[in-house]
Amino acid sequence: MTDVSQRVREGDASTHDDAPVTASKTAKPDRALLAEVVTINAPAQELYAFWRDTPRLAGVLENVLSIEAIDSVRSRWTVKAPAGREVSWESVITDDQPGSSISWQSAEGADVANSGRVEFKDAGQRGTIVRATIAYEPPGGTVGQFIAKLFQREPRIQARRDLHRFKQLIETGEVATGARNQRILRERSGD
Amino acid sequence: MKAIAWHGKHDVRYDTVDDPEILNPRDAIIRVTSTAICGSDLHLYDGYIPTMQKGDILGHEFMGEVVETGPKSTLKTGQRVVVPFTISCGKCYHCSKHQYSGCENGNPADNQDISREGMGLPMGAAFGYSHMTGGYSGGQAEYVRVPFSDFGPLVIPDDSIEDDKVLFLTDILPTGWMAAENAQIEPGDTVAVWGCGPVGLFAVQSAFLMGAERVIAIDHFPRRLEMARQFGAETVNFEESKVAEALWDMTGGIGPDATIDCVGLEAHGAFADNVIDQIKVSTFLGTDRAHVIRQAIMATRKGGRVSMPGVYAGFVDKFPLGAFMEKGLTLKTGQTHVQQYLRPLYTAIAEGKIDSTFLISHRMALEEGPTGYQKFHDEQDKYTKIVLKPGTSAKAA
Repeated sequence: MTDVSQRVREGDASTHDDAPVTASKTAKPDRALLAEVVTINAPAQELYAFWRDTPRLAGVLENVLSIEAIDSVRSRWTVKAPAGREVSWESVITDDQPGSSISWQSAEGADVANSGRVEFKDAGQRGTIVRATIAYEPPGGTVGQFIAKLFQREPRIQARRDLHRFKQLIETGEVATGARNQRILRERSGD
Repeated sequence: MKAIAWHGKHDVRYDTVDDPEILNPRDAIIRVTSTAICGSDLHLYDGYIPTMQKGDILGHEFMGEVVETGPKSTLKTGQRVVVPFTISCGKCYHCSKHQYSGCENGNPADNQDISREGMGLPMGAAFGYSHMTGGYSGGQAEYVRVPFSDFGPLVIPDDSIEDDKVLFLTDILPTGWMAAENAQIEPGDTVAVWGCGPVGLFAVQSAFLMGAERVIAIDHFPRRLEMARQFGAETVNFEESKVAEALWDMTGGIGPDATIDCVGLEAHGAFADNVIDQIKVSTFLGTDRAHVIRQAIMATRKGGRVSMPGVYAGFVDKFPLGAFMEKGLTLKTGQTHVQQYLRPLYTAIAEGKIDSTFLISHRMALEEGPTGYQKFHDEQDKYTKIVLKPGTSAKAA
């Protein structure tokens, strides 16, 4: 706070802004890169604990078919893919900061090589910002990504919706549906 | 059960559909005793609102009796409830700010993408109003599934207060009230209200209750203008008089302190900008006919307030942004935060401070819903408000 105006006078304003790299107009990541955020009215520690509880987590992430824990850092993830297919990989936690972030990387032989991080950042009266960053090798490159989007199985759409379902469950105790009854609910989930 | 379902532009039907069920812990099922057709239902009827699907059950103004409750509902079977049209969780950031129509959790995750792309942020959820706002079945039906039933619905404890007196707490009364509140009316103000439909007429009443000295109401239906006069408003019939000229003269060359657009995207009248807007709408070059909001901005006094409860859906051309800036106006708008106004307005009704039944011109059985839509659309002077009564037969109603 003390030397900002002096730095501006001296023409030494910061060359970097505070926007995330995923908003960059110039960065060219070597893999597909996405970030999605949601603000949840709950303490970071509680949300972190939920995320670390893999069976519970699989229940919330609608696009995740299963998460099987192998040991304390390794787990096998099976996720919905376009056209009724599924993809699977073994995920290894590479960095674990209790209450604030979890980072992972897929092991050799993954259907879709990926890595990422989920962060839980205190947002004052708004609660906690949950931010997921995922880098992955899109199967079929750009065309594959486009097809995935058509089937609404594109990772960014999946991540956005799953984060929101997580928010709904934590804040309201349930996941919202506009369906009138079980039959329509099944139709709308479309699986 | 029976319900009024949307099948396309000017095509609503009395259908047999399968019943609602409890799906979430906070749900309740309501047996509908009264449900109204809203002016904004006509936007659906006219095909202006995207993401409607064939078979969608309409209706967001309804009340009835609780017949079933989920484990987390606080309602009890047999209670009589009024249900806000906005589906709000009561737990998220926007709900904590009492901005209930901005609720982040009512709209299912899969339904949020369209408005997030088109409007920058996902819309809140509502009953019977397209899949953009959640794809919830509406209340023009025998039964409705009501989410967050522990938070939204207002229990009407007094059986002596009939449905018709409290039904409009669901939408149009709070909407008219919030319109006047958004106009930030000060005692002694002169207020102009465009549109003497239900929301406009409630805005007229609300403006006087908030201390307005003069209210000038603008419409072209004589019967609706007469209703506004009954509440003490002066009136201008836009088919007979030039509105801008009339307002300039009637306000002594100063302009109204506040203006309220209770019309929205389907403005009537053969004004040049309206005709051009209409051509653009039909050729997909623009979406909204915005004559009223343009006129309101031009008429409002310098430093005045513009309130816009009228529904707009897309983009408008020739928005007088220069006049807006030079005159230093304030514009407030938005879907109504119904939950915020339910209790105080219920008290105002119970104490006889607000008359809410004068509007109702017709009561019909549910099966007459399709006729009701057509009449409400085609004969607006005669059909000011239609209330459907499920459970009554066409002859009895």
